[in-house]
Amino acid sequence: MKSKKLIILVGAILGIAAVLLVKFGNPGNMGFCIACFLRDIAGSVGLHQAAVVQYARPEIIGLILGGMIMALAGREFKSRGGSSPFTRFILGFVVMVGALMFLGCPLRMMLRIGGGDLNAIVGLIGFIGGILLGIVFLNRGFTLQRTYKLHKIEGFLFPGVMVALLVILIVIPTLLIFSTEGPGSMHAPILLSLVAGLVVGALAQKSRLCTMGAVRDVFLFKDYYLLTGFVTIIVVAIIGNLITGTFSLGFADQPVAHTDGLWNFLGMALVGFASALLGGCPLRQLILSAEGNIDSVITTVGMIAGAAICHNFGLASSAKGATFNGQVAVIIGFIVVFIIAFTNLQKKKKEGAANE
Amino acid sequence: MSNQIDVRGLSCPQPVLLTKKALADNPEKLQIVADNDVAVENISYFCKKQGYKIDVTEDGEEYQIIVSK
Repeated sequence: MKSKKLIILVGAILGIAAVLLVKFGNPGNMGFCIACFLRDIAGSVGLHQAAVVQYARPEIIGLILGGMIMALAGREFKSRGGSSPFTRFILGFVVMVGALMFLGCPLRMMLRIGGGDLNAIVGLIGFIGGILLGIVFLNRGFTLQRTYKLHKIEGFLFPGVMVALLVILIVIPTLLIFSTEGPGSMHAPILLSLVAGLVVGALAQKSRLCTMGAVRDVFLFKDYYLLTGFVTIIVVAIIGNLITGTFSLGFADQPVAHTDGLWNFLGMALVGFASALLGGCPLRQLILSAEGNIDSVITTVGMIAGAAICHNFGLASSAKGATFNGQVAVIIGFIVVFIIAFTNLQKKKKEGAANE
Repeated sequence: MSNQIDVRGLSCPQPVLLTKKALADNPEKLQIVADNDVAVENISYFCKKQGYKIDVTEDGEEYQIIVSK
């Protein structure tokens, strides 16, 4: 549903929820971060061993279940998949490499701007540049091909996994790994995180909120609908942080951030480029995966795998800055995304199909 | 003279991009077949903004969208 009032309301509620989650325990400017939270979940189930970023974030569980409930209520839940699945996995993986270079998904980038973190402005410029690069290929006929109807049960499996994770978190938490220090140890109470996720997930599904789409639609269609939500989140986060006393303008000493401008720029440019080819930002992928979209489930699994590898191979940045391994990975990421972009242009695909 | 495009199974933003390209030829009427709500929503929104009339009919799990001046 495309209503300006709805997207402003969604942006405002998301901005308020994000500030409240930080107030009640989440790391600074990290009320929501899809990349960080998927990474924390990967660590909590033992896919990586970075001791400071391991927690089964209930916000992610809530976002998916909230999105699913709203999709079911609106009769928009449809199991479908088969649109270049492994390409999407790779693109999801690359999105995570870029996000963990910058230290945040595009949503956290907005929340960081809302907290006064000027490094995130550098990230935003990179993000816009990456999306513009993606638009060049979209206009030239880039496609990941059609998606097909799947058995209805397929669409419920991923939300089912989230329910299982929630049950484990509440009933048998000893199965999970929890950080005792660092960002992973900082979190709001489970119920608050879960409810915030449920509400934002439901509203994001209804409004089609997408941080990449907000920029893309302005350049591609001169459509400012999603951008309205994008700006609202930042404005509300600024106001919220000023009220709670967590607004701090500057580059240095920002929470869970580094000041390496070039790699902040390139990290988010990679996220923007890959997200434009995927057709949605990490938040949107999560919400689509809640609607029965298995292509987005594969993308999300790619992001989780990417997060695990980023920490196992020393690719992720920290407050100290970018790592050499991470810099190499971002450059390889750009090469991979360019190859995917060129090889999936419509004309080349037709020639390929003729040879099958 | 009428044109037809099939956006079934295509994900955002391709349905609107293909519609935009088809409308660039300035057809009298454009017929679009789609199979997901977001595509229908986005195509309708885009076409209305461009000053076109939209008529959407649901046929099972598919939608027929008629775009006319």
